[in-house]
Amino acid sequence: MSRLVATAIVAVAAAAAAVVASAEPPAGAAGCSGCHPASPRVTSTVPRLAGIDRAVIVRAMQDFRSGQRAATVMDRIAKGFTDDESQAIAAWFATQK
Amino acid sequence: MKATRRDFLRLGVAATASAVLPPVRTFAQGAAPRVVVVGGGFAGASCARALRQAAPRVAVTLVEANATFTACPFSNAVIGGLRELHTQEFTYGRLAADGITMARALAVGVDAPARSVTLSDGARLPYDRLVLAPGIDIRWGALPGYDEAAAAQMPHAWRAGDQTVLLRRQLEAMDDGGLVVISAPANPFRCPPGPYERASLIAHYLKTRKPRSKLIILDAKDAFSKQRLFQAAWAELYPGLLEWVPLSKGGNVTSVDAGARTLVTDFGRHQANVANVIPPQKAGRIAEAAGVADRTGWCPIDPVTFESTRQAGIHVIGDAAITGAMPKSAFAANSQAKTCAAAVARLLTGAVPSTPKLINTCYSLVAPDYGISVAGVYQPSGGQLADVPGSGGVSPADAPRATRAAEAVLAEAWFRTITGEVFG
Repeated sequence: MSRLVATAIVAVAAAAAAVVASAEPPAGAAGCSGCHPASPRVTSTVPRLAGIDRAVIVRAMQDFRSGQRAATVMDRIAKGFTDDESQAIAAWFATQK
Repeated sequence: MKATRRDFLRLGVAATASAVLPPVRTFAQGAAPRVVVVGGGFAGASCARALRQAAPRVAVTLVEANATFTACPFSNAVIGGLRELHTQEFTYGRLAADGITMARALAVGVDAPARSVTLSDGARLPYDRLVLAPGIDIRWGALPGYDEAAAAQMPHAWRAGDQTVLLRRQLEAMDDGGLVVISAPANPFRCPPGPYERASLIAHYLKTRKPRSKLIILDAKDAFSKQRLFQAAWAELYPGLLEWVPLSKGGNVTSVDAGARTLVTDFGRHQANVANVIPPQKAGRIAEAAGVADRTGWCPIDPVTFESTRQAGIHVIGDAAITGAMPKSAFAANSQAKTCAAAVARLLTGAVPSTPKLINTCYSLVAPDYGISVAGVYQPSGGQLADVPGSGGVSPADAPRATRAAEAVLAEAWFRTITGEVFG
């Protein structure tokens, strides 16, 4: 019985791996590309975040939240994320190309 | 944490609803799961692409009747003579190149129990999950006198394209000293700050080209998006030219006479030289046919997966969906599309979707070099999408003109980015 359950779990996990290709972005990260281009084909004065060192993004989010860094909209958006969430988002962007 | 527990319980309910449907196919080997997306606007096109990226094995079909998409954001600048319509137009070539199957037809019916969509050309598309992104439809007849024939006289210009150009041509043909009247609807409707951005950019046109003219907004509401910022800018930029008449001062338009270009309120009649009627709206037609729209005409959804609360296996994103604190904007549609795509990719494998956080940013131009914005961060709470406490809000009331100029530049950068991301 337990072997049957284990087999089922493995099957589901394999199916998940087959259908979901790339690491899913953590909560909030997908929304960034509304302004920060994800596609390398898009040029903007707003910087791409892919490949940026995670400490840079975490620090920026902290400074936007505290008001230390001047902003137009990022101060208002950064306040919607905890430090833990910023860490996860930054770690994900660091792995993107 | 409380919200998370509730969401978990609600997912349980959704799972129960799914249990009465035909057995969910398994995709470990063999057949690729099929997702049909209806509607090639910011929501639908974004979702199709995000799904291709998140789950390359999924066969994605995008159903869209038009070969060209005409974007609404920045179409007010076309009306105000600051841009040309072709800068609003985008095609689906890149989506097809991504491996998305394009179905050039209108979706006319959905058989939810059988999981298939019927197209205007008679084809039936079977799906494992359906994503509806139909945008808005006009509620013809909800405003007495305003039907499709009336829209040729008094354009709504609330779906970009011919209507946008028609309104611009009417403004161009108007003599100096004319009266422009905009009628703004009650909530909810597509693009909450849109009527006021439009009034601003028409006022800018009148000020620079036809300075003896006047613009009146007749409003079915007493409050609107970014209100204080708009009103402060109007006092500064367009004094004596632009007048806003709220509901409580008789702004509610109760009928129109298109032949006479007249708008009727409880307090009187306004005969306009150019009338722009922004009428009451509802979710795009297919939502009703699919049984996902409720009595309001809009579509209630689960805030984690965007799955309809009325029909299992059907997701609704963008302007058609009821999304709590999230406004009906292109940015929100794009954000919802990516969240929905991630959830669908997980659901197809039997995995539990993760709790999302969504973002919205929406810029409005009050003049070509004067931008203002509203931003927000949202999370599921109590079955809806709610503001994350302490986040979001509008541009500061006391910002210097340099900030307004910077936001106007950012507005245009946003448009280039979002259209490049979705269609480029």
